[in-house]
Amino acid sequence: MSVLVNKDSKIIVQGFTGTEGTFHAEQMIEYGTQVVGGVTPGKGGQTHLNRPVFNTVKDAVEQVGADTTIIFVPPAFAADAIMEAADAGIKVIITITEGIPVADMVKVQAYIDERDCTLVGPNCPGVITPEEAKVGIMPGFVFKKGNVGIVSKSGTLTYEAADQVVRQGLGITTAIGIGGDPIIGTTTKEAVQMLVEDPETECVVMIGEIGGQLEADAAKWYQESGSTKPIVGFIAGETAPAGRTMGHAGAIVGGSDDTAQAKKRIMGECGIHVVDSPAEIGVKVKEVLG
Amino acid sequence: MNLHEYQGKEILASFGVRVQRGHIATTPKEAVDAAKQLTEETGTGWHVIKAQVHAGGRGKGGGVKLAKNLKEVEEIAEQIIGMNLITPQTSAAGKKVHQVLVAEDVYYPGDSETSEFYMSVLLNRGAGRNMIMYSTEGGMDIEEVAEKTPHLIFTEEIDPAAGLLPFQARRVAFNLGLSGVAYKEMVRFVTALYKAYEQSDASLFEINPVLKTSDDKIMAVDAKVSIDDNALFRRKNYAEMRDVREENPIEVEAKALGLNYVDLDGNVGCMVNGAGLAMATMDLIKMAGGEPANFLDVGGTADAKRVEEAFRIILKDPNVKAILINIFGGIVRCDRVANGVVDAYRNMGDSIQVPIIVRLQGTNAEEAKEIIDNSGLAVHSAVQFKEAADKVEAVLK
Repeated sequence: MSVLVNKDSKIIVQGFTGTEGTFHAEQMIEYGTQVVGGVTPGKGGQTHLNRPVFNTVKDAVEQVGADTTIIFVPPAFAADAIMEAADAGIKVIITITEGIPVADMVKVQAYIDERDCTLVGPNCPGVITPEEAKVGIMPGFVFKKGNVGIVSKSGTLTYEAADQVVRQGLGITTAIGIGGDPIIGTTTKEAVQMLVEDPETECVVMIGEIGGQLEADAAKWYQESGSTKPIVGFIAGETAPAGRTMGHAGAIVGGSDDTAQAKKRIMGECGIHVVDSPAEIGVKVKEVLG
Repeated sequence: MNLHEYQGKEILASFGVRVQRGHIATTPKEAVDAAKQLTEETGTGWHVIKAQVHAGGRGKGGGVKLAKNLKEVEEIAEQIIGMNLITPQTSAAGKKVHQVLVAEDVYYPGDSETSEFYMSVLLNRGAGRNMIMYSTEGGMDIEEVAEKTPHLIFTEEIDPAAGLLPFQARRVAFNLGLSGVAYKEMVRFVTALYKAYEQSDASLFEINPVLKTSDDKIMAVDAKVSIDDNALFRRKNYAEMRDVREENPIEVEAKALGLNYVDLDGNVGCMVNGAGLAMATMDLIKMAGGEPANFLDVGGTADAKRVEEAFRIILKDPNVKAILINIFGGIVRCDRVANGVVDAYRNMGDSIQVPIIVRLQGTNAEEAKEIIDNSGLAVHSAVQFKEAADKVEAVLK
């Protein structure tokens, strides 16, 4: 088992023929991901990377049975692309685009809430189920198959965690990059829940950062769930000063309860194995799995 | 992007929000002219001179003063323009004041008592919706109100499809204890304020205080307005309002180069790809006994040119005693980054006087380490995260 994406996922790329879309679609195909086509309005009927290009997401759903999409559309048009995918019946919408206006995401959030689909991102590295599907921009070789699930707001820190886990002789079920924006489709809690409920996942690594309540919400859910599946947690940004945004729009300390220290304390109280050093994630996973 | 009070008020006024009126001045003479003009326009006898800097608590630092005649306008403007204003929100060095807002006096006596309220519009991240937060306790530090008298803070969450509904605007006015003309004015004020927030792509409005005047008008006496950086592409007129004098000059330069840099107080500079990894690297520096001198995300393309630009930015900070480069090579190959580091180092010659620790992990990490180790440069290489921390600790000793 795995979550969100697997070898049977029928994936399309929105923004297929653009520079980013082309580059990453090639990498995904090379990885062995089932990319069934792409969407670029006005280029329907063409072939790109040996796959059909469609004018609309609906065409892609009807003609090649797409159920998953990855979005590389530029920020000004990305919100529309997400809603188009949701309207067309796509079940998993993974949005890589960075820099979408918050006001657009407020609309997207309300639109998505009324439809049967899962949005991951925006401003995220994507989702990978090793040896089955890479629906994102992560370096595939870092992720070996195994029993550890990863949830993270950050791209390179996800790769770092995966690398450390693999060096311990372990592997990954699915790694989910949820993104660093103020509004994201899949929260830490929802991603952690998917992995805790996945029978193949034996341990979850949860990597957060300063700002917001996502990690605290996930920790509280975990405690209430009564699950005995171990979670290893890390929060980046202990040294970040209050009131300054650290790269991700969402990474800003606003009050006393969204500092790294406060989040780690809450996570610890909820039974999560918290590591203080980002260099100890892999070692800790090995330790809790015995 | 943060704006000055006078710019924020301009935006609010353009959407029909009543604001305390005023004119901007950069010299005492301009201030006097502005005061004369304002008296003609509004009939105000007294004037308030307000320092325009991006920091709250200006009054506490002596940056907001009342002038009762034109001579006082000139004297106060003379004092404030050019001063280093120190407030609870600035650094100990303060912020240089380049301009003042000469504003009308709105606390004039009249039929009813004046009263001050607090109002802000912002995103409730948990709900993914905007909300209006307001309180009867205006003119005070809202965090203090939240702590001591949380029952005096109210919120209205806005349904994105419906927008601010009339009953919500009425509820705001009732909760603030208003009736009669002031009640109607407040309903109008809140409605216009929310419209302004939505249509300006703002990320924060904070109006403290919102004033009820002695003749029952409702107006914004101050305005803290931030515009969503991601939306500036479609708000060009607001983008032009950026005042780079208010920002850290190294950060401005880094931004122009496409580097995401935040200046900090420590002694170990760092250059990292990815925001999360950059923060984690800062944490690691602290654990190794150092203090991070900056946050710097070089992004996805860490080639020689970019590495060199990043080096130059970091070295502008005289406190930097060591530099840690931490790149997780995924799509970007580590050997290319290593060559970039070596080239940048050679190009920069003697300008690099501090030890450098390079940690490259990911694609071709071992080749990268060889390139660094065989370069003959005073650069320490590492592959594992822990190893990098140990080396930072060693060079700081």
